[in-house]
Amino acid sequence: MASLIGYYSLVFGLCASLLIVFFCIKNFQNSLIFDNKVLTFTFLQLFFVIISFLGLIISFINSDFSNETVFNHSHTTKPLFYKISGTWGNHEGSLLLWLLVLTLFIFLFLLKSKDQSKKYRILTLLFQQIIIIGFFIFLIQTSNPFNYIFPVPSEGLGLNPILQDPALAIHPPILYLGYVGSSIIFSSTLAATALNYVSVDWAKHIKFWILTSWIFLTLGILLGSIWAYYELGWGGFWFWDPVENVSLMPWLALTTLLHCVLILEKKNLLSSWTIILSISTFTLSMCGTFLVRSGILNSVHTFANDPERGLFILIFLFSLIFLSLIIFFFFHKQDKKKYNFFWLSKETSIVVNNWFMMYFLTVVLIGTTYPIFLEVLTSEKISVGPPFYNKLIIPFLIPFLFAMAIGPKLKWIKSDIKDKFYLILFLIISLLLSAFIIKNLNINFLLNTVLVTSAFYLFFITTRDFFSKGLKNLSQNIAHFGFSLLILSILLNNIFSSEVITNLKVGETLQLDKTQIKFESIEKKNINNYAAVIGKFQVRDKDGNTQILNPELRIYNQPNIVTSEADIKTNLFTDKFMTMNLVQNQDYFNIRYQIKPFMIWIWISVLLISFAGLTSLLKKKNYEN
Amino acid sequence: MKYLNFLIIIIIVFNSNFLNAQEQKLKNEITKNLRCLVCQGQSVYDSDTEFANSLKILVERKLDEGLSEKQIYDFFKEKYGEWILYDPQFNKSTYFLWLLPVLMFLLGGAIIFKLFIKKKN
Amino acid sequence: MRTKTLFSIFIVFFLVLFFFFYKGLQNPNIYTPSVEIKKDIPNFEAKLFNTNELIFSEKVFKSDKFYLINIWSSWCVPCRDEHSFLLRLRENVDIIGLNYKDKIVNAKKFLNEFNSPYRLILSDPDGTIAIEWGAYGVPETFLIYNKKILKKYIGPLNENSLLEIKRMIK
Repeated sequence: MASLIGYYSLVFGLCASLLIVFFCIKNFQNSLIFDNKVLTFTFLQLFFVIISFLGLIISFINSDFSNETVFNHSHTTKPLFYKISGTWGNHEGSLLLWLLVLTLFIFLFLLKSKDQSKKYRILTLLFQQIIIIGFFIFLIQTSNPFNYIFPVPSEGLGLNPILQDPALAIHPPILYLGYVGSSIIFSSTLAATALNYVSVDWAKHIKFWILTSWIFLTLGILLGSIWAYYELGWGGFWFWDPVENVSLMPWLALTTLLHCVLILEKKNLLSSWTIILSISTFTLSMCGTFLVRSGILNSVHTFANDPERGLFILIFLFSLIFLSLIIFFFFHKQDKKKYNFFWLSKETSIVVNNWFMMYFLTVVLIGTTYPIFLEVLTSEKISVGPPFYNKLIIPFLIPFLFAMAIGPKLKWIKSDIKDKFYLILFLIISLLLSAFIIKNLNINFLLNTVLVTSAFYLFFITTRDFFSKGLKNLSQNIAHFGFSLLILSILLNNIFSSEVITNLKVGETLQLDKTQIKFESIEKKNINNYAAVIGKFQVRDKDGNTQILNPELRIYNQPNIVTSEADIKTNLFTDKFMTMNLVQNQDYFNIRYQIKPFMIWIWISVLLISFAGLTSLLKKKNYEN
Repeated sequence: MKYLNFLIIIIIVFNSNFLNAQEQKLKNEITKNLRCLVCQGQSVYDSDTEFANSLKILVERKLDEGLSEKQIYDFFKEKYGEWILYDPQFNKSTYFLWLLPVLMFLLGGAIIFKLFIKKKN
Repeated sequence: MRTKTLFSIFIVFFLVLFFFFYKGLQNPNIYTPSVEIKKDIPNFEAKLFNTNELIFSEKVFKSDKFYLINIWSSWCVPCRDEHSFLLRLRENVDIIGLNYKDKIVNAKKFLNEFNSPYRLILSDPDGTIAIEWGAYGVPETFLIYNKKILKKYIGPLNENSLLEIKRMIK
């Protein structure tokens, strides 16, 4: 029943689209004021999509296995929370979530843009409807979440256990608010370009949407990363997996846009570049969806893939690209202004930021898609993994961090470096501190010292700015401070992590010069939809402190998969991380014990960065430069 | 004499521990750069399949035999093809992969310099 | 004019991109190593399954002779499927078994139950010999002639591969 309502709501939603398009065109030509019918129908469309989404959630809650999506991804013994989150933990449901975000954002946009011109609002809605209609058809044609199966199975196939996790349950909705939310930037930019509306005022207005998407995207990536940390790997939190790259690319484009739009806002310059960035953000989101959902790339997170779906998104993606190209080339009046930036000015520093960000984006984009091109050309198959990204990104991070420290201190038009004393003082302190940290370690001294120095430098400069600048440019300073903290924690975490990998039987003790690990006992428990084997380990460090860790093996009944749950003891300085694993045909377990310093600061710094976005959003009034 | 023996044993234990730690680190480095063929999205280090576990043992053995990091990569490349390496080698099929981003960076720099920066008049 | 040229360049660029992605969609995303490998067989040392005696691979494989090496295990379900094919091949070619990560007791039980197609069985308790061969799962089968691998079969043998092997060893 709920499925049926859900399905028809989808069809009605699509019909609403057609009505909206019709009234939009009528309103665009005829009247001077915005026709409220358009708003009503937009709301109606959102309403239908919500009903449809609720329909799917209810089908999941009731374990209605006559619905194919529910049958494939749910099970009666699954806890209620994961029944609900299972709604968007699969291809069909997550696309319905896409649609929900698309319709939600355009509705909010119409509500929030009442002070903008009628034509601009109508045109934005029209462009957004193109995307929405595309997704409606995609959903109904190739990925209908409400397919009916008969005879009705008595039990479902269950949700992949690694997805049964609180962080991952809320990860897609948050991520999509940013990832799909960027569609509104795309639509409104196309509208503004077509109407030659790109201006200082427009920049102020669009900044809100850029920031909103950016905050959610940042948080979404953070949640995914945290999940990967304790569920997927052995203490890693970023694997340069295609799925991660695909969320990072729009983030990089958005961050670039966030900086670039400042120049447009303050100086009415770089309008073409702003347009290109706005368009690429959502195009990259779509491109990512294509890469992940078509199954063209191999990733840890595989959705059930189907070439027909891939082809649909591919054609849709390129239609959007061609549409954007036409609008950009034939409607946009390029400003004929001569750019004349003084080399030491805020303008230049933002352009430099854009330059580096675009480079990082290029690295990720080429690294992710290159294997596809190579295979088509030569049928050779290669893998592009972490070493590639590290080698190309890390050296460029050093000047980037320095520029992040100095750039915000510069003034518009023409500037001078003030405070030279502090700038040099902090440089010396950072250098000494880094050299002191690195010198006794068996790693590349020069590279690591310079790298840590640049991170410390940004850290000290931004810390001082909190005191010297006070509330001026607060959001920017928090964001840059957060970024320095992020890089610093990642670097120190990398340098000081240590691990022990060993095989142990119950009762055995491993004695190392620094640590002692004692495998005390194992205990078996039966919980709802899985059986747990919980190990009890006593770890004693060199100071004689002991700690009990309880890593766990979970044998899920439906589907029958064994997962390994890490036990993590977190404090402000280090994480202690332990996993245990079965070894085929042996009576011992494979134990991994890791000490990972500053883990929590990685999460905190990303939270700080998105918090910075929030403060900027809340600060309505324009501050002088 | 007894104490001396004891001391020697302790020294040996500590030394081998130290060497072991170095070798462990190298082994982890290497297995992080090898891609698992069974669950293809993960590195051998991250994976826990039978294949990955055996591969870890083999890497350790090859290190004991005195093979260098590069020799070990070549060994696996020969067995399973270029695909198994996460760090693509620099050869004619990867020139573009490695150079294109850097070329784009230089191009970007040139554009910025030409378009934006104030010329000296 | 300049706009139009630029526009055309971009259109062509994206069309090329589209073509690549379109072609890429048709390729499988799962990687399988090449099965036509004309490589020398690896040199290794293994324990004999029955006697626990160490043996060098040079002593097992003679020149000018066909061999089939089959990686199997008692816990591997597809190995049971291919067992009948191996038994049918027993007359035509010497089959060497490589017992992969198995418990001796279970393996022996398996052989008693289903009959052994193997002329000789080597043990691979930690799975490293399988890797020397370039295998990554069970079962895998290699056809060998003159100390060179002619062909490798990933997964269980079937009617087709059986015919192919028979054809090749004629």
